[in-house]
Amino acid sequence: MDERLIEKNNPLIFLGRYWTFIFLISEFIIFSIIGTGYFSIRNFQNMLVASTIILLLATGETFVIITGGIDLSVGFVMGFMCVVFSKILMAFFKAGMAQEWALLISVIFTLFIGLLPGLLNGYLVARWKVPPFIATFGMYGIAYGLAEIVSNNVPIAGLPQLAGQIGNGYFMYWLPGKVLAWFARPHLPRAQLRHLIYLIPNIFLISIVFVIVFAFILSKTKFGQHTYAIGGNIDAAIRAGINVKKHLMKVYMISSFFATLGGITYSLRFVTGRADAGSANMLDSIVAVVIGGASLYGGKGTIWGTFIGTLIITVLETGMVNLGLPTYNKYIVVGIVLIFAVLMDQFFPEIVHKGE
Amino acid sequence: MEPLLSVRGIVKRFGGLIAVNDVDLDVYPGEVVALLGDNGAGKSTLIKVISGVHKPEAGKIYFEGKEVKMETPMDALKIGIETIYQDLALAENLNVYSNIFLGREKTKDYLGFIKVLDHDFMLRESEKVLKKLDIKIPSLKNKIKTLSGGQRQAVAISKSIYWNAKLLIMDEPTAALGVAEQKKVLNLIRTLKDQGVAVILISHQMYDVFQVADRIVVMRRGEKVGELDAKKTNPDEVVSLMVGAELVAS
Repeated sequence: MDERLIEKNNPLIFLGRYWTFIFLISEFIIFSIIGTGYFSIRNFQNMLVASTIILLLATGETFVIITGGIDLSVGFVMGFMCVVFSKILMAFFKAGMAQEWALLISVIFTLFIGLLPGLLNGYLVARWKVPPFIATFGMYGIAYGLAEIVSNNVPIAGLPQLAGQIGNGYFMYWLPGKVLAWFARPHLPRAQLRHLIYLIPNIFLISIVFVIVFAFILSKTKFGQHTYAIGGNIDAAIRAGINVKKHLMKVYMISSFFATLGGITYSLRFVTGRADAGSANMLDSIVAVVIGGASLYGGKGTIWGTFIGTLIITVLETGMVNLGLPTYNKYIVVGIVLIFAVLMDQFFPEIVHKGE
Repeated sequence: MEPLLSVRGIVKRFGGLIAVNDVDLDVYPGEVVALLGDNGAGKSTLIKVISGVHKPEAGKIYFEGKEVKMETPMDALKIGIETIYQDLALAENLNVYSNIFLGREKTKDYLGFIKVLDHDFMLRESEKVLKKLDIKIPSLKNKIKTLSGGQRQAVAISKSIYWNAKLLIMDEPTAALGVAEQKKVLNLIRTLKDQGVAVILISHQMYDVFQVADRIVVMRRGEKVGELDAKKTNPDEVVSLMVGAELVAS
């Protein structure tokens, strides 16, 4: 008997596997019907923007959770790197460097600095066997405190204009039949500007490239396979000759790399550097990963699932705003979906390993 | 015939305790040697020395006629000594062929410069080794957690054989299994033997031992107290050696 055939033909197992996708679609249809202007290109773009930072944090978090760990520091590492990025950028900019170069160099510097919190988390977890919850919770505090010190407790404002243009710009601007422009908004009369269609926010586009690259690494490469193996049975991984310590350090560095991307994205979008930039996103990102089918016991999860999880949260959030409902309602629904996700996972365990 | 494995005068101490005291052991290709003894007799310590987990204080190990010095379990794996512990060391969340290739995955080029997992190759090769050992598992794409205890044991054995185990050390392979599954595992041990693989079997199940073993080595308090031809002995004799003959006599 082929178990895969059984999976395909059993509606309950089908539901067990694809319920998140079905939930997302239903959620979306409901808001489109009862909301005002929900089903519109403008609103889709808003949702993509709103989902970007959660998606970034959640992608890194997926790797960590698959190994059976957790990274609680992503939110404040994001804030810390947001501040660091803004500081470096301001320093170069004030020193008279051209905007483009100042931006490019600050991005590169920040991405390197952003690996350090992950390196330390990974070292504590892998080498000294500190429980991931504790190691990253410690980093949560350290990153926040350092961010406040670096920023002197005030948001860093006055970033170069170009930052905001990138952070709030779109990949494509389209006025059907008239204009098609890339990256920069074309100069048009006010009347026409109203009909201009904005397609794909820059920050989402850039982020999704990183997300896809890491989704590929997780699902197609040896590195990904070892990540799953460590979460499934760490002793088996060690005995199979996998360098588990080194691997775990890399995984925590991936997480803090994505937190750094989140911090840079925040700076570009809001043209400020804030120490508390990511404080609201840490929990959302973990929830997105778990809704997406990962288990906190490790060994399972996919970036695709995490992506769906992120959209479920964003569609809810934007939908509630659209209906004029206070956002705390979101927490109730997200809470229910989260618990439901874990129950579904227990009732419908996967039979086939997806990594193929 | 020359022995595959020769162990001479192995001594292993843990602090003041002598876990293994001056033990000799020979294992020939295609032979199943059962290692018996009460708890604390030193069986596990001895196999851990052979599989490179412990370094002995004294004694020599010869494998295929050459003296070998093993610093880590990896050294033992490299020369063809594989150990299957009771916990099997399988990643339950991965499928069968991924476990067989765990840590030694086959990759292929993608777009010329990226290395991706070659699932087809690993699946085909795994099917071959399972066929060779006459093991039937519904689909090699199924996760280990969907398999029975006996099937898992079979996967662990297949893994060792695929990576050219010449000597397979099995620690209580049937302990956690039902009767039907026990039989399958014993049959598998016979298949291995027919294919020239040497097996050291640690078991508490006297029945299993007499079913498959050619030779029985009995240990007590760290010393080898008997070496018997499985066809010329019986469980009573083995047990009396295990617990000490003087006890049985009184």
